[in-house]
Amino acid sequence: MSTLNNPLLEAKGITKYFGTITALENVDLKVHAGECLGVVGDNGAGKSTLMKVLSGLYKPSSGSLYFQGKKEILESPKDSQNLGLEMVYQDLALAGNLPIGENIFLGREPTKNVGFLKFLDFNKIKELTNAHLGKLKINVKSADQKVEELSGGQRQAVAIARSTAFNAKVVIMDEPTAALAIKEVGKVLDLINSLKKTGVGVIVISHRMDDIFSVCDRVMALFQGTNFAESELSNTSRDEVIGWIMGKK
Amino acid sequence: MEEKDNKKDSLYLKLMPYIEKYGILLLLVLMILVMHILQPDVFLSWRNVTNVFKQISWQSMLALGVFMVIVTAGIDLSVGSIMMLSLMVLAIVAKAGAPWFIVVITPLIAGFICGLFNGAGITFLRMPHPFIMTLGTLYIFRGTGNLISGGTPISGFTDEVRYLGHGRIDLTWLGLEKSQYLPVSLVLIAVVYIIFWFFLNHSRTGKWIYAIGGNPSAARASGINVNKILIIVYSLCGFLSGIGALILAGRTDSGYPNAGLQSELDAIAACIIGGASFFGGRGTVLGVFAGVMIMGILRNGLNLMDVSSFWQQVLIGSIIVIAVYIDVLRRDLGTRK
Repeated sequence: MSTLNNPLLEAKGITKYFGTITALENVDLKVHAGECLGVVGDNGAGKSTLMKVLSGLYKPSSGSLYFQGKKEILESPKDSQNLGLEMVYQDLALAGNLPIGENIFLGREPTKNVGFLKFLDFNKIKELTNAHLGKLKINVKSADQKVEELSGGQRQAVAIARSTAFNAKVVIMDEPTAALAIKEVGKVLDLINSLKKTGVGVIVISHRMDDIFSVCDRVMALFQGTNFAESELSNTSRDEVIGWIMGKK
Repeated sequence: MEEKDNKKDSLYLKLMPYIEKYGILLLLVLMILVMHILQPDVFLSWRNVTNVFKQISWQSMLALGVFMVIVTAGIDLSVGSIMMLSLMVLAIVAKAGAPWFIVVITPLIAGFICGLFNGAGITFLRMPHPFIMTLGTLYIFRGTGNLISGGTPISGFTDEVRYLGHGRIDLTWLGLEKSQYLPVSLVLIAVVYIIFWFFLNHSRTGKWIYAIGGNPSAARASGINVNKILIIVYSLCGFLSGIGALILAGRTDSGYPNAGLQSELDAIAACIIGGASFFGGRGTVLGVFAGVMIMGILRNGLNLMDVSSFWQQVLIGSIIVIAVYIDVLRRDLGTRK
């Protein structure tokens, strides 16, 4: 599947310096519609930096991004959101003091006009939130519950719901199961599989082989900020991928 | 055993939002009751109640400004100095013979510019913490106020300029006595607090202010321009300090060098007592109002009972510590770890 068509998102020659430190050097990446790409690598291999470049949070020192074949320059997370590139961060990027619904629509809240003033439309937020959570089969007590009252798995589900609430074409997830209890991991992986079926391209960054081998179609390894190895999932094994993480081929 | 725990937990969870929202009002009502019992003839008299509102009028503006800043997990130590500088600008413009409608706008503009300066410093100069920037401007603004005025009081404003701080709304048409008037400053407090309540709870910008306090990286990742929002917040805080200056000009009929000295600490105290969390993202406009009222009533009541101002300091300090301890407990219990 992934060899057909043009890639939905492609990064070419991404390099990122922080002062004198080279976090990424000449890294390539691509993902197709309905495909899940696994990105693996040791701590400090550059996985999270690469994600942040793709989301527009960091500007690459050099290299370019192509979305649906067109070159794009991302100045801010707003630009990537406008393209349909969504991110689920490792630290979840949720505001614990706000309710679920307001987190899902944070920065993109529906409003209603009263005269010349714009007010938040709380009814619409609630309505859209319930519909969207229902579609993803995510169970929470109420859309008004504050995020800090949720369990780790529920927070992860809210974060994924947030990333897919606006017709996302590519969803990038950083360690989506890292902080979860075992029974919650399965639910999140199911959620990723159902996203793929809707034609969304998914990038999963993880160093849990179970995650990679249950949802991904292709896997690539970063080592010390460079592309190290890449393969269709069917052509590799857990041991080989673990070797890549350690820097052995 | 476990079931019992769950039951207790769910009752607690059900009550939690109400306690968080209205607990502080309970404390306020309790205080009013105690004061009324201690001073039954005086405390709830028309004269004393309006007096309390007149006394808290300008503090309530500073507290509201500082509150918004605290919601973003920041701090503004310069509000007292902004108010003093704005007051001096007002006094100078008034003495220069400008028409009253120019004079009343000047402190608002001056305050806004001071706040803008704070916001710009915190974001563009990337100060490690707003504490440092606003500690600097605490000195800078007060020094500037003294430089432009020569460090001497400037007195004597027209009635129009003094209206917000000193004006009286006659209520004799309601069959009340001449002495039972409504201070304009009381109406002003109500109007400003309602506007800012709407702004913080029903506008996108207001929601983003809370989001920044809750998790700044979440706000940034959501495409919110955090720096822009912070500049807006500090500017509004300065603007409210400017309104405070206009009220104070009305009340005292004078611009004087010690105006608002240490009032930034009162403003912060009112926010903390009112339930705003220093960690950001928590607190309500109603809570700040209650905090300002609690401090005002405490001072007023202790004055009525002839308690020395030294005891007032001790009591206000104790209330701050207790209020924050309650906040700590609330965070421990209300958040899953």
